[in-house]
Amino acid sequence: MTTMTFRQALQDTLRAEMLRDENVFLLGEEIGVFEGSYKITAGLLAEFGEKRVRDTPIAEEGFTGAAIGAAMLGLRPVVEIMTINFSLLALDQIVNHAAKIYGMFGGQAKVPLVIRTPGGGGQQLGATHSQNIELYYAFVPGLKVVAPSTPADAKSLLIAAIRDDDPVLFLENLALYNTKGDVPDDDTPAEIGRAAVTRAGRDLTLIGYSRMAHVAAQVADQLAASDGLDIEVIDLRSLRPLDRPTIIESVKKTHAAVVVEDDWLTYGIGAEVAATISDGAFDYLDAPVRRVAMAEVPLPYSKSLETAALPSVDDVINAVHQTLDAVGRRHQKVGHD
Amino acid sequence: MTNQVNAPRKAAGRPVAAKSVKSRAAAPTKRTARAKVAKRTPAEVAALTKVYREMLLIRRFEERAARSYTQALIGGYCHLNLGEEAAVVGLLSALERTDYLFTNYREHGYAISRGIDPNRVMAELYGRIDGVSKGWGGSMHMFDITHRLLGGYGIVGGQIPLATGAALAIDYRGGSEVVMCTMGDGTTNIGAFHESLNIAALWNLPIVYVIINNRLGMGTTVEKSSAEPELFRRGAAYRIESARVDGLDPLAVAEASAKAVSAARAGRPYLLEVVSERLRGHSVVDPAKYRSEAEVVQLREHDPVVTFGAQLVRDGVIDADAMAAIEHEVTARIDEAAAFAEASPAPDVATLFDYTYATPVANDSRRLPGQPLFDPAPLPDPGEDQ
Ligand SMILES: Cc1ncc(C[n+]2csc(CCOP(=O)(O)OP(=O)(O)O)c2C)c(N)n1
Ligand SMILES: [Mg+2]
Repeated sequence: MTTMTFRQALQDTLRAEMLRDENVFLLGEEIGVFEGSYKITAGLLAEFGEKRVRDTPIAEEGFTGAAIGAAMLGLRPVVEIMTINFSLLALDQIVNHAAKIYGMFGGQAKVPLVIRTPGGGGQQLGATHSQNIELYYAFVPGLKVVAPSTPADAKSLLIAAIRDDDPVLFLENLALYNTKGDVPDDDTPAEIGRAAVTRAGRDLTLIGYSRMAHVAAQVADQLAASDGLDIEVIDLRSLRPLDRPTIIESVKKTHAAVVVEDDWLTYGIGAEVAATISDGAFDYLDAPVRRVAMAEVPLPYSKSLETAALPSVDDVINAVHQTLDAVGRRHQKVGHD
Repeated sequence: MTNQVNAPRKAAGRPVAAKSVKSRAAAPTKRTARAKVAKRTPAEVAALTKVYREMLLIRRFEERAARSYTQALIGGYCHLNLGEEAAVVGLLSALERTDYLFTNYREHGYAISRGIDPNRVMAELYGRIDGVSKGWGGSMHMFDITHRLLGGYGIVGGQIPLATGAALAIDYRGGSEVVMCTMGDGTTNIGAFHESLNIAALWNLPIVYVIINNRLGMGTTVEKSSAEPELFRRGAAYRIESARVDGLDPLAVAEASAKAVSAARAGRPYLLEVVSERLRGHSVVDPAKYRSEAEVVQLREHDPVVTFGAQLVRDGVIDADAMAAIEHEVTARIDEAAAFAEASPAPDVATLFDYTYATPVANDSRRLPGQPLFDPAPLPDPGEDQ
């Protein structure tokens, strides 16, 4: 184990995978000379040269599509899209092409491609630069979408994504790059499609991913200290496929769930999780599943407005309290009957 | 700049352009070439006959596809290469077997000319298991890895970044293959075209971009959709060498294609505009009411298959009996393809989930519509929580 930042874990893993397999190469805007907008690729151009660390023109559709085409011929490109907001320019190539090529041509060509891209609000970047639109990709069969929240998962999921023969959208988060954690020294890949129970508990299941997995853990710790609550936390880690069994197993034990997400509420990832719980654990629920998500507005620039729009630890604590109150009331009623 | 003008600079109305293109095809240099045809060696005669046979095969295949479509044996959209046979055959004649081809949804002819068994092309149209894409692609999405036809794409312009990336992979490995990427005239207005040409030029990729200018999008003319209607000139914006050629003459196309391919093989991307014709509607169901009667008559006069066949007869390359024999053989070949397609089984529904992912993944959803996410669970014991 080595303690390092999320950023360092990504950088070390990219480097190690490039050393391991010469078919792995990087392309994206400003990843070489400029070393990446968020410095994930720092030092890699100097080490590997322009062939393997390729600065592209500002042409998301063009270079993402080119990476897909290169992957069809057996290379393993890792694309950096500066932020997930700009991936919209490449939506056609990702959704209509990367996700379709394997199936639409009867399994004759694989697309071993990784698209790394950060989401995240809270940096006062305004409406166009603060979105969490991973849902757009998680909706699409043929794509895999992973969202690590720790440096250790960043490493093991990035290894898995690079070695996988399908297109994988690898979601990062601006607010996580400087967070630290222990990272195993070996290069065992994670299993895509598996969530992690990061804290075991009996009173309620709190479900999040990426930055919100941290918020969920923080809430669980705080409520353990303040209220003596025993909350189970699930970090989804994979948005497609979604690990439904892990969610259901937990809710069958706790009988209550709150989903926390950085995207918008309506039709969001939390909606899918809630529907899953309704399908698989309806009879076990003691209270409706609550979702805590971003306010449904284009995110404003002003700090006061931005803060109000983003889900906070307190927002989650309130939702947990209300959910447990509902459970309590229901129990009381049953008791009085 | 190295853009060449191989064709009239004014391409205003369709009839004018067609006439000019034709007159250019009959230019003195060509005449000399044609005059020699009669004295061709047996090998040359065989090569010319092969070109004609391939054009005719595409023609009869497409006519059969149209018929099967109206008989509801083929579903979806169905775009035909009728009128583009000379362009298709000429273009592909310059490719090696190891080169790659990316094209669009109007690609049956390309699949056949690439050497794919017409039985399997027809079976794909019928949505059957023996189709080139195993029935997963249909008319617009033909793919054959062994013949290096890397699709068949239904999204206008979608193939252009992909083809550019394939060229990048060749360059990355130091290979000597090239990529040919065809598209329609209307497609040159999409962003992916411009982004890709820029990238190919920056990185010196081995790729030939081909514009099949049939002078219509669906119903919109080039002049109405492209601010620079001499489409090959768009290469200049990216310092990509480009040329325009008469797409009704398979030999002229072959020559231009060979030149383009050799530039690409030397690491210089190339843009080739092939001025062609679309003899029928945009797709089988389009009656093309936006075209005048006179225009249609003129189209028929320029029919590349008829024109080239007549040329070969006139030049003594081939006699009437041999023409009839080719017609007979090709017709039988198409009958066989249709019979094969009809006899091929539909894909088994049990294979529905086989092609979502190449690498199997945990918790992949493999449910048919209406199937529950979870098996119905026994109710919890009511006493459990008390
Ligand atoms: C992105 C996209 N927009 C629109 C369409 C619908 N469409 C299919 S073919 C076509 C016309 C294309 O014209 P052109 O590029 O000249 O090719 P042609 O069909 O003439 O071969 C259109 C608009 C599409 N398939 N994809
Ligand atoms: Mg056209």
